[in-house]
Amino acid sequence: MTAMADTATLTRPAGPAAAAKPDAAVSVRGICKTYTDVEALRGIDLDIERGKLTTLLGPSGCGKTTLLKIIAGLIDQTSGEVLVNGRAVRGPGPERAFVFQDFALLPWATVMRNVAFGLELRGASKTEREEKARHYIAEVGLAGFEDKYPHELSGGMRQRVGLARALAVDADVLMLDEPFSAVDEQTRRKFQEDLIRLREVEKKTFLFVTHSIEEAVYVSDRIVLLSRRPGRISEIIEPKVDHRASPDEIRRDPHYLDTVESIWQGLRNYVE
Amino acid sequence: MTAPVRLDGHTAGALGAGQVAAAPARRASFDRPILWRILSVALVLGVWEIAGQIPINFAFPPFSEVFAAFLRMMADGSLPAAYAETLKPLVIGVVISTVLGVGLGVAMGLSRLSEWLVAPVFIVLQAAPMAALVPLLTFVYGIGLLSKTLAVILLALPVIALNGYKAIRNANPTLVAMCKSFLGTRRQQIVKVIIPDATPVIFAGLRLGVAAGFIGVMLAELLITPTGIGDLITYHRSVADYAEMYAAVASIVVLSALTLAALQAFEVRVLRPEKRGS
Repeated sequence: MTAMADTATLTRPAGPAAAAKPDAAVSVRGICKTYTDVEALRGIDLDIERGKLTTLLGPSGCGKTTLLKIIAGLIDQTSGEVLVNGRAVRGPGPERAFVFQDFALLPWATVMRNVAFGLELRGASKTEREEKARHYIAEVGLAGFEDKYPHELSGGMRQRVGLARALAVDADVLMLDEPFSAVDEQTRRKFQEDLIRLREVEKKTFLFVTHSIEEAVYVSDRIVLLSRRPGRISEIIEPKVDHRASPDEIRRDPHYLDTVESIWQGLRNYVE
Repeated sequence: MTAPVRLDGHTAGALGAGQVAAAPARRASFDRPILWRILSVALVLGVWEIAGQIPINFAFPPFSEVFAAFLRMMADGSLPAAYAETLKPLVIGVVISTVLGVGLGVAMGLSRLSEWLVAPVFIVLQAAPMAALVPLLTFVYGIGLLSKTLAVILLALPVIALNGYKAIRNANPTLVAMCKSFLGTRRQQIVKVIIPDATPVIFAGLRLGVAAGFIGVMLAELLITPTGIGDLITYHRSVADYAEMYAAVASIVVLSALTLAALQAFEVRVLRPEKRGS
């Protein structure tokens, strides 16, 4: 435990983006996490800008999901603190919503009840929550599937249900934990395009975890590169991809390809 | 030599119906497992009939005779009377085991303290050879309804409680985390996520428990108190009415199977709507 405090000072100085930005939706201050004998995260300092899509990217086992779950309040940190809208995180909160890697849908509930589940837990009336749920079911492109059960849907559709559920509680910060990893490649691409569109419509802060470099560069405003265990911030990249261009144009854009390549070169050291 | 002829006479109806329906639409019949189930039962009964006609043993009557004995015993009222006697401790015992077992199982799954307090008892009970314990009940509680009910509970309760406990303990942790992240209270977590997620395993335990309850009541009637179906079996064996004896045995087997099927149907129909029609 005491070693944590020392190591925090060893990490690279917070980048320009991490210096007190006036409008950070989420501020991560000196987060360390040690499981019984594994150091997962060491001295993470990070500001996540409001209304932007920030991606945590890194090799598997770098603690990116751990960091996301600490911000979500699902895991306790060993030291450091997380501020959301300036208030310290003590657990899950109404201003944050989570999209789970393995969907986490109730198999015995319809799409409608699953999407409305967050509102149900908050005690919203049936008509109110169904009205909202219906709106977001349509928003993620699942209109007409309200009465289906999860096992009747494809993997991609199930994750849309998870996304709609997170949108329905109207949180400021939407956290997505490798949401496309259990989904096939075609669905994944379509999903990425939808995510970009959704971001324009919803004006929320998105925090996204992935291990796919292409995906990160394609959808993100900012990419936070984490190093291998113990996870530290090794680099912050702003891809500056013009999302007004068509998806195919973006995927062939030299700037996009160069960014992917340079991240790969940076990560390469960790993969060996 | 007369056996094949008799067989045709007795089972052609059942077999024929299956074949006629299956032949013109072979593919469709796979969608209707009911036909195959009937065929399976008819096959077993057919083999029984042949074995009884040969006969493989003088004490092994063919199905047709057993069925006739069954109708006779229904008509003279001895079978219904025996069931009234047998079902009383069975139903009381199963109901108590269900309420207590599911309750204790859920409590053990949710709290470490009750797990340490209660689980060892059931683990020992489940491992114990119950047939050896049943006679002890007679010494303590005599030969009445109480003793028989306790035998049912002794067999049914451990399996129901331990399944409930495992079901709750193995509730999907991602769903629990999801409930937490959407600000569910502990109560909502238990009622809306953990218990519904655990129902299939709880119900598997209930089915095993009910089956064990049938064993318990039969053990009690064969070992402690010669009443009900157990008495019917013992009596007809002692006077060499083998058809009647088999009728009593077969009827309790069928009743047990139907009860379990009904329990499963109830679970799918009422508690797991997503499995309906699939």
